[in-house]
Formats: sequence, C-alpha cells, structure tokens
Amino acid sequence: MTKISLGRRALIIAATATLGWSTPLLAGGHQVLDSIHFLIPGGAGGGWDGTARGTGEALTSAGLVGSASYENMSGGGGGKAIGFLIENADSQHGTLMVNSTPIVIRSLTGVFPHNFRDLTLVSGTIGDYAAMVVSKDSPINSMADLIAAYDADPKSTAIGGGSVPGGMDHLVAAMVMEAAGKDALNVKYIPYDAGGKAMAALLSGEISALSTGFSEAVDLANAGEVKIIGVTSDERVDAYGDAMTMKEQGIDVNFVNWRGFFAAPGLPAEDLAAYQAAISAMYDTPEWEVVRARNGWVNIHNSGDDFRSFLEQQEKVIGDLMKKLGFL
Amino acid sequence: MLEGILIGLTTALSLTNILMVIGGCLIGTFIGMLPGLGPMSIIAIMIPVAISIGDPSTALILLAGVYYGAIFGGSTSSILLNAPGVAGTVATSFDGYPMARAGKAGKALTIAAIASFAGGTIGAILLMIFAPMLSNVALLFHSAEYFALMVVGLSAIAAFAGTGQVGKAILMTVLGLMMATVGEGALYNLPRFTFGLLDLQSGFSFITLAMAMFALPEALFLVMNPARSDPAGASGKITDLRITRAEARAIAPVIGRQSLQGFFIGVLPGAGATIASFLGYAVERNIAPKHEQAEFGHGSVKGLAAPEAANNAACTGSFVPLLTLGIPGSGTTAILLGALIALNVSPGPRLMIDSPEIFWAVIISMYIGNLVLLILNLPLIPYIAKILAIPRTFLIPFILFFTLMGAYIGQNNATELLILVGMGVAATVLRFADYPLAPLLIGFILGRMLEDNFARSMQLYDGISFVIERPMTMGLLVIALLLMVLPSLRARIAKARARGIADGD
Repeated sequence: MTKISLGRRALIIAATATLGWSTPLLAGGHQVLDSIHFLIPGGAGGGWDGTARGTGEALTSAGLVGSASYENMSGGGGGKAIGFLIENADSQHGTLMVNSTPIVIRSLTGVFPHNFRDLTLVSGTIGDYAAMVVSKDSPINSMADLIAAYDADPKSTAIGGGSVPGGMDHLVAAMVMEAAGKDALNVKYIPYDAGGKAMAALLSGEISALSTGFSEAVDLANAGEVKIIGVTSDERVDAYGDAMTMKEQGIDVNFVNWRGFFAAPGLPAEDLAAYQAAISAMYDTPEWEVVRARNGWVNIHNSGDDFRSFLEQQEKVIGDLMKKLGFL
Repeated sequence: MLEGILIGLTTALSLTNILMVIGGCLIGTFIGMLPGLGPMSIIAIMIPVAISIGDPSTALILLAGVYYGAIFGGSTSSILLNAPGVAGTVATSFDGYPMARAGKAGKALTIAAIASFAGGTIGAILLMIFAPMLSNVALLFHSAEYFALMVVGLSAIAAFAGTGQVGKAILMTVLGLMMATVGEGALYNLPRFTFGLLDLQSGFSFITLAMAMFALPEALFLVMNPARSDPAGASGKITDLRITRAEARAIAPVIGRQSLQGFFIGVLPGAGATIASFLGYAVERNIAPKHEQAEFGHGSVKGLAAPEAANNAACTGSFVPLLTLGIPGSGTTAILLGALIALNVSPGPRLMIDSPEIFWAVIISMYIGNLVLLILNLPLIPYIAKILAIPRTFLIPFILFFTLMGAYIGQNNATELLILVGMGVAATVLRFADYPLAPLLIGFILGRMLEDNFARSMQLYDGISFVIERPMTMGLLVIALLLMVLPSLRARIAKARARGIADGD
C-alpha cells in the first residue's frame, strides 16, 4: 500500500505550473549537467530512496547538476523499474536508476527476468554495511549474548528484517549465524514489508534482533532507540564508533551492500561520460561529505568497467552463499 | 509545554509561514482532487520545494498545509465523482456520493470539510497533550493484534450486508481478499497468481481497483441508465450547503467519537487512516438507532461524517510514532521522515528536547493548516459542487478521463489501463446483478495486511496459539464478532419483541 510512483513529466509540469517557482540554481561555473531524473525502484524512506535523494542533494547543492527530480516506482522487487527503464530506453536518457545488492540477488533467484548486464552501468558510488540491532531495553548487548539467547531458545529468538526470506536482510542474518557456527536454516527469520514496521516490531519486543542497514540503524541508535550489536565491516565505522564489528566478536563476516547508478541500455557514450564525470567530481565536494557523513555511507567508487567486474564478482560470492543456504 | 506552544505560535504565525500554509493548502486541495494523486504523492512533489526553503519549520509548515489540503481534495473526488483516490477516502464515498447524487453535493462537501476540520483539530490537541505518553502505546501492538485489528476492520462489510444481501456481501469480500493475494507478498520471495506477467508481480494497484469498482461503473451506469443521470440536484439547489440544526446535532457526537477513535488508531504504526475510516464507519453504523442504520450507504450524514473525522484524526495520530520514536507509521509519514532527515532534523525522543521549536511548529501548523483549509474551502464549495451540474454529455467523458488518468499516472504503466477497463466492465455487470462492490474493495485493501500479519504471527508462535496467548488479540477478535453479530441479533430481538405480548417499553 505504500507504493508511490509518479509520472515524471506530469508531476514536474504540475509542480512548476502550480507554483510558478523554479528550483533555485546555484551559481557554479562547473556545472556538468542540467538535470538528472532519479528513478527509485522502491518506496520512500528506504535505502534506495535515501541514496538517490542524498546523491541528488549533493550534486545540486555543489552546483554540478542544475536540478534533480525523483520518481519512486516500487514493484516486482525492483523489477518493475528495471523493466520500465529497459522498455522506455529511448526516452529515458535523462534518467539514472539507483540500485544495490538486491539487483544481484534477485536476478539470481529469477524474481525478475533482467540482470545488471541489461543496463548501462554508470557507477557504483557508496556502500552501506549491514548491522544487527536490538532494542535499547533488550538484555542482549553483544553478538555473544544474541547467540547465547539463540542457543537457549531458538524458537523465541526471532530475527526480523525488511526483506523477504532469501532477500538481503535474511542473507546477512544467515551469513552471521553460519559464521558463528550455527545452522542458518534453524534461525527464525521474520520478514516485514517496510523498514519502519520492522523497527516498530523490534521496539515492541516482537522480534529479538533486527538485521538492517547500518546507516538506517545509526539514526535510531543516535536517537537512543536501539543498540547496534554488530557491524559487518572490517574496521569500526566513524559514523557510529561505539558499534563493535562482527570480526571483533569472532564472527568472520564482511558484507557491504553497495549502491550505485544505472542508466537505460543504449545510452549514448557522451551522456554516460557526463554522468560519470558528475559523479566523480562529486566526491571532492564538501556538500557530498556532509551527506555521506550524515548517512554513515562509505565511499566505494567503481566507474564503468570496474563496476562491471565488481558486480560479476559479487554475483559469484552471493550465488555460492545462496546455494549453500539452499535458496538456489 | 506552554512555553513550547508560544515558541510554536510565534514561529508559525510569521507572515512567510502563513503564506506558506495558505499556498500549501491550495496546492494540496487542487492536486488532491485528481484521483491518481494522494497526499503521499503530492508531498513527494513538494519536498524539493520545501527543502530548498532551508528553514525546517517553514518547510514543515508548507508540507503540513499540502498534507491537509490533499486529504480534503481527495474527499472531494470521492464525494462528487465516486472516485476515491486514496484508500483512506473509500469510506467517504459510501455515503458522500449518494448524497451528491441526491442533489446534496454542497452539503456533503460542507460536512466533509467540517468533519475533517474537527478530526484534524481534535487530533492535533490530543497530539500536543499525549504525544510523549502515547509513544509506548504505539508499541503495544504486535503482528497478532494488527491481524485482529484487520478482522475488526472487515466487520465494516456488515454495513453492506443489507437485507437479503449477506451472502452477496460475503462473496464479494472473499473475492477482494483473493485479489489481494495476487503478486509478491512481503513474506514469500515468489510471486503468486501472476500467470508469469511482470505487470502483476506487485499485485493489483489500489487506485486501479478503486477506479474500476467505483468510478468507472458509475460512469457506465450513467450512460446506460439515463434516468439516473438527472439528479434532482442538477439544478441550482446544489449550492445549498447549509446543514440543518438537526443534522448538526446528529453529526456532532459522531465527529467527537470518531476523532478520538481515529486518533488512537492512527497512533499505531501500520494501521492508519484507512482502518480508522472503515472502523469509524462500522462502529457508527452499529451504534446508530435502527431507522438511521438503514440510511447508511444511501446518503447518511453520520456515515459521511464518521470516516472523514476518523481519517483526519488518524493522519494526525500517525505523527505520534514519527515525532516521538522516529518510526514512520504510514507511507505519508515515511516521506515526511525523509524530508525531516533531509532538513537535518532527526525525529525521535530527543526532538522535543533538542529542537522544541520544530516540534511545536509542526503541531501549531497543524491547527493553522486545518483552520486555513476550512476558511479557504467553505466559500469554494458551491463552485466545486457545480462540477455535478455539468451536463451529462460533458460530465461522463470528464469522469472517464480522470479515472483513466488516475490509474495511469499512479504506475506509468499502460497495462493498468487494460486491467482498469476489464475490471470496470466486470464491476458494471456485478452492479447490474445487484452485488455490492464496496466489500470487494474493503477485502482487497485489508487483505494484504491481514495475510502478512497473520502469517507473521503464525511464524512467531508456531501456530495459531497467539489467539489464546495474547489477550488483546482475543479481545479484538471478540469485538469483531460482536460488530458482525450484534446488528442481526438486535434485529431478531426487536422482531421477537414485536411478536410477543405488546407490553411495550
């Protein structure tokens, strides 16, 4: 029910016609592009949404891009937006679609018929570690506590997440439990259809722990609502230095949910180069640093062919893991 | 708190902010009238504008104005065209549209405006007083209780199970529940009943189904049944927007009750305005005296006031988990959360302490938003209502255009149009066969949430033991049973009494 997807032109026309205001342009001599339209394959408030809007904010306020518009098109686990971009490739040269690890997972499981090879790979921009969080009142304070609780009563130690079984949040939970020497198939994973609902379930005590994105967890940890008991990074992350890594606690897991941008197939080379130039230039701006730090993202810049080999490698790692876990 | 209110007032009452709230209300009302654009979409459009303002209080005040305007605009299309653009206004069309057809469009819009205003204002007062306390209430509900709450919501169909229609109403509800299972649920990573079509992967869209069930059959009906198409109200009478004293007396307690009930339902993340409006409708119908009950669904003023007050109060209520816990309870609050974060405000328990001026400015702007909306819209109502006075030859294409457009802009997908037309024709046939269509839509709206929460509870409790183990679930299920059984029980008792010795009471 939390679908929103807007006709881009209709809305831009409606918005500008009704308001008669134009988006203020920051005077910048180094503007690379007039505008970018971000296609977000999921609903508002999620990780994709935050990435697209954060990137758009940095690009426009740094003056690299004149204006940015956003369109949420959820459905088909992101397949709808991918299909839309492919189907309307000729009219979507001004569009960048945000996507992330799930594009790899879901094309492996066949949720949608396309995969990243069907799109123009623009650039991987950031990563977000995964995190295991518990409610602030929970007696669990570390991964060891969580595993002890799981050993004592696996049935009432449910781990929730904002993705379907076999989706990313579930894979991370399974990966962590496997690395801790448990059988991931016995872990009770409870799926929610939105991060907000999963978080409410955690705070209400319905689930014992929540597998979620680190940046989403940081906001609530800063608000004092949750405790982050493990991060899937090699080193502690500056955005929330109190959170222990999984490795520190003897659980050998490293996982980064990358996020990046794709364009329609058949995008002219000069358009692709302009997008890549704008994104590359973005990393050096203070505006980007503000957005990045606020969200706890990690810069992982893979442009063009690097992006392709990165994706191919991840496809193999995740594919092997899913076979081991019995999802494929 | 008083200090906070003063901070909020001084912030909200600056000239810029008042202009913002007026502008927001107008934009919201006019865009909100288009069936495809609900409050969520309109707020999403306005966010870039709001963010470019920079000052968080002003930005939020603008968004609050847009929000309330959009909710009111949505009710307008429900009442005038039977085209509910968002799930929360479906119940509004149950009695609003029959009123409009009976030539009381102006009155219906006035009642909707007043009920919305009261619901929103009472909601804002409750939010102001109880927000800090209620953050815990929002967390009392587990999946099991949400499941039970959806069952209570389903009892609203009893209102459409008029004499001899019980079987038909149940049939249509089941059909709606079945349609809700199409597509990829939250709980399975496999699509169901999609016949391999990517377009069905995320299920039927609400807006397409709502247009197909309500607006399209209505337009087709007008074409095929010309006798219906000349309502008494097509004359100048339509501008009569006065509410009689008796009507005011009838709706006042309804508005009061539903503002309270709606607010508390809105506080629960994941229940929201839709459930509040259905429940409000069901409850008011069940407690209404027998002769008034028969009016529900045929243009009852109470049946219109109840969902309008409830959904506005619920929208305000949904700010409680947003502002106190940072949890978005609905799609709209999820967008607002995004806007807040983009404005460098992080909602949560510390918002009230760290930036009280924002917290209070939001609440005060809700009052002002509601008030401005009422002041702006009451004089506009006669003109808006005139839409119905348009000759049939122009009105029908107009309705068809908005219906098709609503389904298209929601999804950017031409297949939606085929689904819309196919279902619209099927719905028209069903209407001729005298099957009520509202239960289908109610079943569809509640079905997905019903199933998700039920399956989650089953998983958590390894079976259905949660019904017994969680007293609140049991309690809600008992209430649902009572709501469904009581009306017929009451009718039977009344009959038995009439048949018995006339000792009267």
